[in-house]
Amino acid sequence: MAEVRFLVSKYNSETDAKPRLQEFRLDPPQGATLLDCLNLIKWKLDGTLSFRMSCRSAICGSCAVRVNGHARLACKTQAADAVIDGRVTIEPLGNMTLIRDLVVDLEPFWASVEKVRPWLVPDDSKKYERERLQSHHDQLKIDAASTCIMCASCFSDCNVMEVDPKFLGPAALAKAQRFVFDTRDAEKWDRLELLGQIHGMWDCTHCAECSTRCPTDAKPLERITELRRAAMAAGMTDNNAARHVLGFRESIGGFKGIGGSGMLNENYLPVRSMGLSIGGILSLIPVGLRMFARKKNPPLIPHVIEKVGEVRKMFRRFDEYNKEGEK
Amino acid sequence: MITHDVVIVGSGLAGLRAAIEMAGKVDVAVVSKVYPSRSHSGAAQGGVAAAMANSSDDSVESHFFDTVKGSDYLADQDAAEIMTRDAPVTITEMERLGCVFSRDEKGRIAQREFGGHSHPRACYAADRTGHALLHTLFEQSMKHKAAVTYYSEWYLLSLIYEEGSARGITMMNIRTGELEVVRAKTVLFGTGGYGRAFKITSNAFACTGDGVMTAYRAGIPLEDMEFVQFHPTGLYGQGILMSEAARGEGGYLVNGKGERFMDKYAKSKMELAPRDIVSRAEQTEINEGRGIGGKDFVHIDLRHLGREKIIERLPQIRQLAIDFLGVDCIDKPIPIQPTAHYSMGGIPVDVDCQVITDEKKTKARGFFAAGECSCVSVHGANRLGTNSLLDACVFGRRAGKAALDYTLSARHESVNEAAELGKARKRLDALLSTPETESANDIRNELKETMSNHAGVYRGAEGLLVAKAALKLLRERFKSVRVTDKGKLFNTELVEALELSNMLEYSEIIVEGALARRESRGAHARTDFPKRDDANWLKHTLARKNADGSVSLGYKPVVITKYQPEERKY
Ligand SMILES: Cc1cc2nc3c(=O)[nH]c(=O)nc-3n(C[C@H](O)[C@H](O)[C@H](O)COP(=O)(O)OP(=O)(O)OC[C@H]3O[C@@H](n4cnc5c(N)ncnc54)[C@H](O)[C@@H]3O)c2cc1C
Ligand code: SF4
Ligand code: SF4
Ligand code: FES
Repeated sequence: MAEVRFLVSKYNSETDAKPRLQEFRLDPPQGATLLDCLNLIKWKLDGTLSFRMSCRSAICGSCAVRVNGHARLACKTQAADAVIDGRVTIEPLGNMTLIRDLVVDLEPFWASVEKVRPWLVPDDSKKYERERLQSHHDQLKIDAASTCIMCASCFSDCNVMEVDPKFLGPAALAKAQRFVFDTRDAEKWDRLELLGQIHGMWDCTHCAECSTRCPTDAKPLERITELRRAAMAAGMTDNNAARHVLGFRESIGGFKGIGGSGMLNENYLPVRSMGLSIGGILSLIPVGLRMFARKKNPPLIPHVIEKVGEVRKMFRRFDEYNKEGEK
Repeated sequence: MITHDVVIVGSGLAGLRAAIEMAGKVDVAVVSKVYPSRSHSGAAQGGVAAAMANSSDDSVESHFFDTVKGSDYLADQDAAEIMTRDAPVTITEMERLGCVFSRDEKGRIAQREFGGHSHPRACYAADRTGHALLHTLFEQSMKHKAAVTYYSEWYLLSLIYEEGSARGITMMNIRTGELEVVRAKTVLFGTGGYGRAFKITSNAFACTGDGVMTAYRAGIPLEDMEFVQFHPTGLYGQGILMSEAARGEGGYLVNGKGERFMDKYAKSKMELAPRDIVSRAEQTEINEGRGIGGKDFVHIDLRHLGREKIIERLPQIRQLAIDFLGVDCIDKPIPIQPTAHYSMGGIPVDVDCQVITDEKKTKARGFFAAGECSCVSVHGANRLGTNSLLDACVFGRRAGKAALDYTLSARHESVNEAAELGKARKRLDALLSTPETESANDIRNELKETMSNHAGVYRGAEGLLVAKAALKLLRERFKSVRVTDKGKLFNTELVEALELSNMLEYSEIIVEGALARRESRGAHARTDFPKRDDANWLKHTLARKNADGSVSLGYKPVVITKYQPEERKY
């Protein structure tokens, strides 16, 4: 490969006011990953460059950084694929406090995961001498979520996280899916209840950033969608969040017999989901303002959802499912 | 100074399993240079052995025998028997803690074939078994958070060991650079292996034998360090692992002439012969010019397995070959070569993981070790695939139980905080104030080159002597190593220098042990002594540090209870 200009973020919280991009020129060897390049820079050009790494085989989750603005595993990214016009920019993950160069404080990330009680709560009423049985089919329901390597890429790039640091966040929700759908777990309903609270699963705006950045099959948005379906199917609609989805349903699915617009009116959603509680609506204002300030506010003209027919079908199925449940 | 009842160093399978055993019963701290979920155990792919007999008429007896035979009869049979007997209950427990295992058609834990095992015995979670097990324990560690104190991203600097008893450790907070002394009644190491000293290795950057060397410097001898396993299927160039599951599922090894060459070396087991045998077969093919295009690699061919099986059973392997070599194994064979993989040697312990300090098996008070950093010895001269995750789980659990018993009746012993801090500080200051004329990177590369060339798959006296001389020079040069980062926060350059000092020192022990052992056994293959020599060498090496820093070797008998050594044929 020809010489590449690596623009790498350098920062020391003890001495620097803010991070700066430093340029390193390097000719990456054939087949080099970005982690190989970072190591070459560290070992040959600037020993003080600091970043995390361990396995170098995309399984330990240590080496996530922002490459040209988006979170990726440095060890899973071929340098050749990251170069744009002879340059690559490498910066620390977002949504966390910077400590040094490419190293951020991960504590908020771990804390978010801990919040979902991420351990199996078995049904202790039954005694087993051997392993519990679980069909291949049931195991597959938790297979994807269980591939998460806790790299925090999703957490870094999640838009809601950026405006609401109390949001559970994609990795924690993906992790939660793994227990809600585990046939061996006894707390499915309590878990859904917990996830349904404010700052929980209903606060996700489906931007899909997390799934796009996720280097494994964990794909948080897909897991969040499964969780929401499970909550709706269980009739867990009596809270702000589910009302949010009902609002969503009305917005696209048709409200009280009147054909819906097929448009997602995100500005209408908060009002609907908080019901008529003034306090509730007021509590959203800071989030709204922050969203506005960071240009993350929903578009004033609602966008037409692709495949709206599919979404409507989905809601019709929910309705049928719920009715069956009532019988 | 911080005080805990127990300080565990290492948050891989062994360390976390021990912690969970003690959580809530005594005050436990877990120290680790990486966050728990990032420990190297997570990289294990293929499976964990246990005679669950889910898909065959397997038995503990058969697992026991396979392990002893695989070890080339160097395993201590009392330990191997305990490990294989404890295996089913340990795996059942992991399942009950929530581990996501792949399942068979009856809903039981699925099991597959693995090299050297006579039955399908490897319980697995696709090809990310270590990840599934480690994350299960990580989950449990969050459950027990109130009962266990975690010091993640802290680096172990020294073991405080005086008058036959371990009293604590010193450590550095990587994030802030601050030094701390931890005083404890019991110290337990689960610090992992030492495979990083080789050029081609499957090991994570963190596998630098820190715990092993910390014990050694404190006066504990090290057992069987010359036994390093080379795995036959490392991705060409770097050595990233292509799990043995690739062969377990039916992959072929093919040389440059398009031949399935294993029929020349292990006619009945073919590709599923134990690792040492397959690695030597590959190396012989390569050395004799039958690598692919005459180069230093051969192929593993999975194409005949078909897309569906590859995607279901070997997804991670496929992805690794795509990410790192741009090869999709569905339509192309993968270039591979032997890669340094597992450290059979380590800190000598008894079957309850208490550290022993000499040939007479004198116990170190308050010091335990489990997992890859320890040598029980269940793997002897060659570990069977899937037996090391098992080792870490079984002995992590046993270590937890034994350390708990010990701690309940032990007291804190005195520690001179200022003196310990002073020693640790001095070691760091020395690294930060050298003449700065030598590059750590050059030293590390030369070390890896030396070890791969002369202490790798094949070894001979001539090469080992070359290595010995080279290592001496490298250690000399290391005294002038450049650490340009003088800061406190996240000084990874300093951490890497500490790791390199460990690599240099244990490499010497590997070379000394290999030079002395004038036979070929398991993973230790001497070109000049190609036969196993039970009359003289059916014994464990114990390497000890002399006052002048040199290595002296002693030996300890092998425990043989049931199976008399016989020739190992596959
Ligand atoms: C790529 C690969 C695949 C494998 N596949 C399999 C398999 O399929 N089946 C099988 O049975 N085995 C397999 N193995 C081997 C197996 O994974 C290991 O032997 C086992 O996981 C070791 O576990 P451990 O708990 O002893 O150590 P590790 O998981 O390596 O943990 C070591 C811990 O010690 C800590 N530590 C080390 N030094 C310091 C220090 N200075 N300060 C603080 N903390 C420190 C680390 O942070 C880490 O937490 C594989 C190994 C590799 C390399
Ligand atoms: S889809 Fe939801 S969880 Fe994922 S990044 Fe967007 S807002 Fe965050
Ligand atoms: S869900 Fe994906 S992106 Fe998020 S932490 Fe897990 S592996 Fe990383
Ligand atoms: S170094 Fe482990 S994921 Fe990249």
